[in-house]
Amino acid sequence: MSSTAVQPPAPRVAFRTNWWSRAAWIALAIYVVYAMSRLEITWDRFVLGLGNGAKFLDRMFPPHIIQPDSLLKGLTESLEIAFLASALGILISLPIGLFAARNLMPVWATWPARAIIALCRTFHPVIVAIVFVKAVGFGAMAGILALVVASIGFIGKLFAEAIEEISLKQVEAVRASGAPFMSVIAFGVMPQVFGRFVGFATYQLDSNLRNSTMVGIVGAGGIGGTLFSAFQRFDYDFVCAILLCIIGMIMAGEILAQWVRKVFLERGKVDEE
Amino acid sequence: MTTATPTTLSIKHLSKSYVAGKPVLKDISLDIADCGITAIIGPSGTGKSTLIRCINRLVEPTSGEIHFEGGNLVALDRSGLRLARRHIGMVFQEYNLVERLTVMENLLTGRLGYVSPFKAWLRKFPEADIARAFELLDAVGLGSFANQRADSLSGGQRQRVGIARALMQEPKLLLADEPTSSLDPKTSVEVMALMRDLCHARGIPVVVNMHDVELAKRFADRIIGMSGGNVVYDGGPAGLTDDVLKSIYGGEDWLQ
Repeated sequence: MSSTAVQPPAPRVAFRTNWWSRAAWIALAIYVVYAMSRLEITWDRFVLGLGNGAKFLDRMFPPHIIQPDSLLKGLTESLEIAFLASALGILISLPIGLFAARNLMPVWATWPARAIIALCRTFHPVIVAIVFVKAVGFGAMAGILALVVASIGFIGKLFAEAIEEISLKQVEAVRASGAPFMSVIAFGVMPQVFGRFVGFATYQLDSNLRNSTMVGIVGAGGIGGTLFSAFQRFDYDFVCAILLCIIGMIMAGEILAQWVRKVFLERGKVDEE
Repeated sequence: MTTATPTTLSIKHLSKSYVAGKPVLKDISLDIADCGITAIIGPSGTGKSTLIRCINRLVEPTSGEIHFEGGNLVALDRSGLRLARRHIGMVFQEYNLVERLTVMENLLTGRLGYVSPFKAWLRKFPEADIARAFELLDAVGLGSFANQRADSLSGGQRQRVGIARALMQEPKLLLADEPTSSLDPKTSVEVMALMRDLCHARGIPVVVNMHDVELAKRFADRIIGMSGGNVVYDGGPAGLTDDVLKSIYGGEDWLQ
């Protein structure tokens, strides 16, 4: 008793030092410096690049549509690629996402479904497009297939996650009425995830629009091919015109996506009133 | 259907353990008569919910038999169970309505066992089902709510929809798992009265779990007291003396 009274109380620590996190920050800083030195990233090169960029920008203006036919064909093809890929991808990812949901499906169903989704997500659409160009030849078909794969990976994963977060109590009630499995899905599961699913689908349409302008670079159809050849011919004013058209198309797609969301999701709000 | 026998439901030697060697239900045997309300009371964690859920196999029994409509529910395969469930309505503590469906759609989920999934998806239910849904909505006092979404309703309204949904099945037996535990006292009495009246008029026997002893006494024709996974009381509400309640819940300080 008396000895503890004599000793001064040990100082109390309000904030404990986290040595692990400190070490991680230091390691990160060291790696950044190392990587920059390896890749010869220097300020001089950046300044030099700015001058080239200015020259490039100067040649881009005023934009000039050199080949209107090629531009129009590319744009409509991109649009077609995006819509077909979205429609097909969404359709295929619905059952795959459902099979991948671990709260509703047995392991023998979730495991292969998850494997498919993981595979679809592994590679960037451009790499997939290269593979499909090799398989089915140059053109829109390869682009569509590549973006279908991307759509399955994205929507399938998010859809499965959305299903895994639903309230099983609502499902249980539908099940207790003796409903067959498909009716349990239609009445117990879909109403709970439909709103989010529309969100994923419109986002994917948006993303497919952007990606459809790019798969053309590797020969998989769409405006990307036109853009790439204009670059190679140093027709920078045509490049600029193409880029402006792409911006217009993406913005139109954004508006369309918003409209779709409104049509499908506002309906519920109206019902409440 | 075996209308000749006076019992609707016959539970024989039912046991359930979620963890091996720790049974929640210990060899329960009960006969549920043709009509009236049977209330199961008992402390929390004594297996009341498990017992109710074993009947329609939302929880799989470990052993025992449950006879209903001349067959053993425990022995049924998946499709047999599905067909049997169509005749067993269920009301849940947290209502378990599908929140984003309308009241009408929720009621019609009670008919899903009779309609093909494709027709159900297209909302092509038989005229008779829709007419009965409107009738039941009127009966539970929600006649004007058919097109409202379930998530816009109050607790009492939701449980009324829950009861109407269960009755849409035209069940031969109604199970209710703590149907009033999420409701205030006044609404609880209203919901119990509604359930009693509607089921009495249709001759549907009700098995209901309850926390509230007074409510059980007021509405039940028969009370089953459970404690530690066993039935310790089985009789009328009048026989539920303080001594009996002590044997069910233990202690006595709360009995003032």
